[in-house]
Amino acid sequence: MTTQQHSGFAATDVLINEFGDGPDTVERARDTPEELQPHADLGLKDDEYDRIRQILGRRPTASELAMYSIMWSEHCSYKSSKVHLRQFGEKTPKNTRMLAGIGENAGVVQISDEHAVAFKVESHNHPSFVEPYQGAATGVGGIVRDILAMGARPVAVMDPLRFGAADHPDTARVLPGVVGGIGGYGNCLGLPNIGGEIVFDPTYQGNPLVNALSIGVLPVERLQHKEAAGVGNVVVLLGARTGRDGIGGVSVLASATFDEGAEARRPSVQVGDPFMEKLLIESCLELYDAGLIVGIQDLGGAGLTCALTETAAAAGTGMRVWLERVPLREASMSPTEILASESQERMLLIVAPDKLEPVLAVAEKWGVWATAIGEVTPSETDGVPGRLVISWNDHVVVDVPPGSLADDGPVYARPIREPADLILLQADRAETLPRPATPDELRAAVLRMVASPNLCDKTWVTEQYDRYVLGNTVLAQPEDSGVLRIDERTGLGVALSVDGNGRYARLDPYEGAKLALAEAYRNVVVTGAEPAAVTNCLNFGSPEDPAVMWQFAEAVRGLADGCLQLGIPMTGGNVSFYNQTGAAAIHPTPVVGVLGILDDVARRTPMGFPPPPTAEGDLLYLLGETRCELSGSEWAWVEHAHLGGRPPQVDLAHEQALGKLLAQASRAGHVSAAHDLSDGGLAQVLAESALRRNIGARVALPEGHPSFVWLFSESAGRVLVAVPRGHDKAFEAAARDLGVPATPIGATSADPVLEFVNEFTIPLDELRAAHTATLPRLFGGVAELANRHGDPEHAANPDLDGAAEPATAQSAIAEPAIAEPAIAEPAIAEPVTAGSVSTGSAAGGSVTTGSAAGASATTEPVAAAPAATEPAATEPSAAGSPVAGSSTDGTGAEDASTPSAAEASVGAGNGSESATPAVTEPNGTAKPDPVAAEKVATGVAQVHTDQTPPEPGRPTAPPDNFPTADLDQRRTTEQK
Amino acid sequence: MRIGVVTFPGSLDDGDAARAARIAGAEVVRLWHGDADLHGVDAVVLPGGFSYGDALRCGAIARFAPVMESLADAARGGLPVLGICNGFQILCEAHLLPGALTRNQHLHFRNRDQFLRVESTSTAWTNAFTAGQEILIPVKNGEGCFVADERTLDELEGEGRVVARYTHGNPNGSQRDIAAITNEAGNVVGIMPHPEHAVEALTGPSLDGLGFFTSVLRALAGAPAGGQLAGGQSR
Repeated sequence: MTTQQHSGFAATDVLINEFGDGPDTVERARDTPEELQPHADLGLKDDEYDRIRQILGRRPTASELAMYSIMWSEHCSYKSSKVHLRQFGEKTPKNTRMLAGIGENAGVVQISDEHAVAFKVESHNHPSFVEPYQGAATGVGGIVRDILAMGARPVAVMDPLRFGAADHPDTARVLPGVVGGIGGYGNCLGLPNIGGEIVFDPTYQGNPLVNALSIGVLPVERLQHKEAAGVGNVVVLLGARTGRDGIGGVSVLASATFDEGAEARRPSVQVGDPFMEKLLIESCLELYDAGLIVGIQDLGGAGLTCALTETAAAAGTGMRVWLERVPLREASMSPTEILASESQERMLLIVAPDKLEPVLAVAEKWGVWATAIGEVTPSETDGVPGRLVISWNDHVVVDVPPGSLADDGPVYARPIREPADLILLQADRAETLPRPATPDELRAAVLRMVASPNLCDKTWVTEQYDRYVLGNTVLAQPEDSGVLRIDERTGLGVALSVDGNGRYARLDPYEGAKLALAEAYRNVVVTGAEPAAVTNCLNFGSPEDPAVMWQFAEAVRGLADGCLQLGIPMTGGNVSFYNQTGAAAIHPTPVVGVLGILDDVARRTPMGFPPPPTAEGDLLYLLGETRCELSGSEWAWVEHAHLGGRPPQVDLAHEQALGKLLAQASRAGHVSAAHDLSDGGLAQVLAESALRRNIGARVALPEGHPSFVWLFSESAGRVLVAVPRGHDKAFEAAARDLGVPATPIGATSADPVLEFVNEFTIPLDELRAAHTATLPRLFGGVAELANRHGDPEHAANPDLDGAAEPATAQSAIAEPAIAEPAIAEPAIAEPVTAGSVSTGSAAGGSVTTGSAAGASATTEPVAAAPAATEPAATEPSAAGSPVAGSSTDGTGAEDASTPSAAEASVGAGNGSESATPAVTEPNGTAKPDPVAAEKVATGVAQVHTDQTPPEPGRPTAPPDNFPTADLDQRRTTEQK
Repeated sequence: MRIGVVTFPGSLDDGDAARAARIAGAEVVRLWHGDADLHGVDAVVLPGGFSYGDALRCGAIARFAPVMESLADAARGGLPVLGICNGFQILCEAHLLPGALTRNQHLHFRNRDQFLRVESTSTAWTNAFTAGQEILIPVKNGEGCFVADERTLDELEGEGRVVARYTHGNPNGSQRDIAAITNEAGNVVGIMPHPEHAVEALTGPSLDGLGFFTSVLRALAGAPAGGQLAGGQSR
């Protein structure tokens, strides 16, 4: 989430010099009530500051002030959205499946007697604009830890992504980096990426939306809680060491504790380490299964501050924390910095004292740090409620009621006002735009539409993600939903889809939110699954703009009403405000995820037409009613750059009937393929279902509308299904019983042609060429043919797959020639990366784009040097670091030399002897690590507690000793 | 038959390799990187993933894990070993196989269903295939471009040690389209694509991957008890 537009605040505005005469202690705060404090610069209003003084009965210490500013920020307190989000609770239908809901780290839904799934979607928009690779990577890392904190093993991710115009130069900087970051982190974590969205629209030019969804699986009884229950229990910090990353992420604290100087120019986006996260996942799961912990909370935005206060507040207990025990990357960190750091890959555990040793042993096994930093204290002592007391080297720097931070933040009912331009916008309907009419015009329009950026084949992106790992991916992109097998024994599984449409929401946020919900719901039911739960990510402009706040209020109302009507609960979500450049907010973009349950994934319905069993082919039906609804459509946008009118009608009762029909049909074997109609309408759906397995179709468009309307209208509630012959009567009867209109429109055909009878014909090869060329043309790489999943019969045709080897090699080598001029001309990329970070990743994402290579040259001379000097052969590797996990830990420079290193290893027959030099100790830790220098191979933990001194002698390669540690960074953040 | 699957910190496809071996009919033994004991297994799979976060170089640190010392000795003694993806990289770093895997020429991680042509059926892991057979299994890697010097490549070709080649497109720029190679004895095979992801119709593009696991069971069944498995004996 987000509170990132801290314009006007400079590093030197505020100085809390904690080291001049020691830290600002509680005692000192009592003695110096008149001391001026920079609350306004930390984002706290005067009345908020007064309230803090009232709560504490004195002025806050510097650390306390920082903590309040963080916890009372929009990010943590939901102070602008809370009054609206309540509807999700109030309107949620009664539901026995939901084990954890709003307010938890993630929603948890029971899907069988034994199994539950946790799922949630979150935004990481601003960091991803500043530094696409790391911003997107840490977005994945953050949501995965949320899932992990519920007791679940994360099993998949999905990424709804929105960028500016596809052909804008900055999109060529942002998109490859974001995709590389998602792949680099998710692939290295071993999580299949099973779906998402890629949308281009100028509204997102300065505000790309990078949302990340994760889903995890747990045995029902393994559900974890964040409560710091049990007086005397130990508070343990697990995972990466704490550095100066992201300080000030959720507030503007950052600069308050630094002198101006080198640190002030630190990059503001933190660096993720997926390897550490993988070890963290395995450690936590082992801890859960052994029943070793009482409570757990992930550390994301707001770091220790949030984790300590939330765990204590949730349990109603007090807590005593010794901050000097926190393992640091930089020994010079002040207590305030330690509390505010947003270093990634950390979890907070609450452990019974007798379980501490086994907990530390598990951490040691997996090679992660585990440190006892505090203990749970009574909820009341002599009538005084429990306090959160934090000391640093015997100085008490924090003494607060935890609930005052976590639960009692300000709540605002901000002014709302319908946007002044909405009436005019809605009056400007797309239904009156000039349309293609002749068969030739229609044919050309179909080819242009399937090639347009939002409708084109997304393989260029999705093949950078691992969709196979864990071996339970039954359906993945470009299918309507990702489908995962959860139980190998029974075939129990889930379907998951995530959707949004900012244009519809701009035209009508209430209906637009419902349409997003309806589409995600429909994408789940086409697989045959039964929808069970909803999550959301609400991406909006500034809540201080009454028009934006109106959009927000309307969208939340629409979503809450929609959930109630569909009978499925909202399990949680995320709000991202301030997605706006100057006065211009993005289109309101509620993104909705729907989870469905499949009792046996073997009966899932795919979207592609199957090879016809007979010459006649399966029958095609269009389910639902087609109206002339073109306002907000992809056609209006692509062909006329038009946005106006009202979005399509939405009928949730009909969506439910559709869901019942498709679930029944899936059980009875009545459908061989089903595909949801949304952006681009019927033409798009026919193209996608045909191209999936190279099976043609012969379609006779019905009466009632002009052909154009049948092809491009975006009426909601529609699905294209293929029905095997012999099942048609039963299917029609079932549709009739449920009141779902089912219009026969033709049949599939072994002939690889899409034929519209009496209109026009497009050979699938031509359709595919148009559909697949767009992204490679925009973002580099060769125009390879889309890779169709899993049909050996079809794919065995050598004409259809691959055939790209020489071109691949040539193009990779040729690219630097394009990049080269940009090095001399960094002007394009410089403004957008000014003051931000550009590590090897920017170079990597950029090799095909030129402009970003220029940016990297300006900010990362080491990585960019090979590009400048040796453009031909070695540059690709030099710039390619984001692909592997190694890039994220700062080994970009290492990567740059990979070719030569590899060649050396080939030539010399070895090359591994240099293992130890790579393990470099960062600039100081709170507790010097005697083992660090000799660790090589076994991954044994560095365990530090007061009780357990560092264990010597066991060699290891703890990730913290990799160069990640040097890259301590601040960032702007929105992660929760 | 007992097939061991090694887990390093950062191994990701270990569970998939274990599932594939189980589906093929093997008893699976999970091996831990820090434990030098191979627990008497009859064959070992080094699975895919990012061992040690690919720090330094893919496989460079895993090569020094305690389990690898025992494994290297056993492999030289004839124990069948299959290295998949990161496992292939580890086998190269451990000098059980020649050459190296470098960054894909197009610089992207690439996940797709990939055709291979099986070139050698005389290894412990490919005897269930027919020579020249085309199979479809997923490829997914960022650093899968096989390179070696010309002499080594010629040697591999001349000795029939190229086990499989990419066909209908080379996904990463590997020299001579090499997807899999073997050692001189034919017991150690490294393969970049992922046969363990093509063992179930529900989740894979084909069932072609199963052949690697049934092959080793056949090889083991046909091998003299306690004896070494020589290249070429099984077919």
